[in-house]
Amino acid sequence: MGLLSKKDANLILDPLADNNPITIQVLGICSALAITAELKASIVMAVSVLFVLGIGNVVISLMRNIIPSKIRIIVQLVVVAALVIIVDQVLKAYAYELSKTLSVFVGLIITNCIIMGRFEAFALGNGPWRSFLDGIGNAAGYGLILIIVGFFRELLGSGTLLGFKVLGDPIEKTGLYAIGYENNGFMLLSPMALIVVGIIIWIQRSRNKALIED
Amino acid sequence: MENRTDKNSYTIIFAIAMVLVVGSLLAFTAASLKPTIAENERMEKQQNILYAMGVNDNDEGSANFISTDKVGDEFSKYIKKQLVIENGIASENDQAYLIDVKKEQTKAKSGEARRLPLFIGEKDGKTFYIAPIRGKGLWDAIWAYVAMDENMVVQGAYFDHKGETPGLGANIKQRFFMDDFIGEHLLDASGNFKGITVAKGNADPKNLDKTDNEVDAIAGATITGDGVTAMIKKDLKLYWPYFKTLKK
Repeated sequence: MGLLSKKDANLILDPLADNNPITIQVLGICSALAITAELKASIVMAVSVLFVLGIGNVVISLMRNIIPSKIRIIVQLVVVAALVIIVDQVLKAYAYELSKTLSVFVGLIITNCIIMGRFEAFALGNGPWRSFLDGIGNAAGYGLILIIVGFFRELLGSGTLLGFKVLGDPIEKTGLYAIGYENNGFMLLSPMALIVVGIIIWIQRSRNKALIED
Repeated sequence: MENRTDKNSYTIIFAIAMVLVVGSLLAFTAASLKPTIAENERMEKQQNILYAMGVNDNDEGSANFISTDKVGDEFSKYIKKQLVIENGIASENDQAYLIDVKKEQTKAKSGEARRLPLFIGEKDGKTFYIAPIRGKGLWDAIWAYVAMDENMVVQGAYFDHKGETPGLGANIKQRFFMDDFIGEHLLDASGNFKGITVAKGNADPKNLDKTDNEVDAIAGATITGDGVTAMIKKDLKLYWPYFKTLKK
């Protein structure tokens, strides 16, 4: 790795697989349930968290020596809430359509436990550059799972991907539907998100026994 | 060992400073962006109203507004009259589209008279009566602009929401849901107000029966759908007396 040292590169690569925030640390499950019924929402959420966690980690890291330890959680919460609100306001003024798509996610970003988790576990003890890499890595690991879950839920639940009818039209009975295929409405309900995440965890741990806890 | 940042006095000063800095930063952002945001919201209302009467940039499958640089001109071109109905009396008011339906609903709850805005548009020789309505979905507010003809047959509708679940309740603003309302009757066969029910199991997914006062519900969005039904039955009914005066 020319650009990054091996240690730094691992900050990004680890959370993608063997230290994934969702499947290994089991953080951020709530938003994984809430918004993965369609692929587009998953992608928007992944990008938003990437942005907030990358910047937030740097801000907290820069402040790490002056934050009083007694109120550090409150300080972290204020930083992330302020960041998200400012971004939301700027989007409302200059990218109104995009801000309407994001409106649902603002609250979900602030309460996302991955963000607070990384602030607490990493940014408070590391420099800004490493914190930035850690933020990007964890957000990418989170986003990856979100997109996988969103892909399967939208495909099997609605028969579409990003809104395109990839399997044919269920009402006109074209494509797969002509031979009797039906959408599985259960995929659209939140419990199925947990089951899909469960299947990912199962596959991941059966391929890498080191991840199995006693 | 206690260091500087563990002291109570330091903690309190830090907290106060943080609140001041973050508070003024947020206040500054909000105040300086307010005019731009208000302008966006005003144009969006015009886009919504025009969308309902069929003035839009829809392509196959997706719902698109006419662009913001055209919306002001198009609005004055198509919307012939803006009415405010108060205590059954309709008067013209060219700022009626700025009336906040939410505030009017609160007024009605506390016993005051509610002002009902109604927009009269004309396109290709047809007259549209467009009413804004508002209600509750699963998580937060939902609202709509419904265009009707003088018999209260829906000619077009635009639905929107503040925070419904993406992929489920949020789909009320998708074409496949909104377009189902077109041609649907709000009155029953004997001319009384019945509304439109978002119905599960009406066995009419292509919505061929326009006089059944029902449209097909979205799977997994029962509560949002019920909210749409309630909003139509409650808010559009308030306009019924006005439509009766048109018949005379």
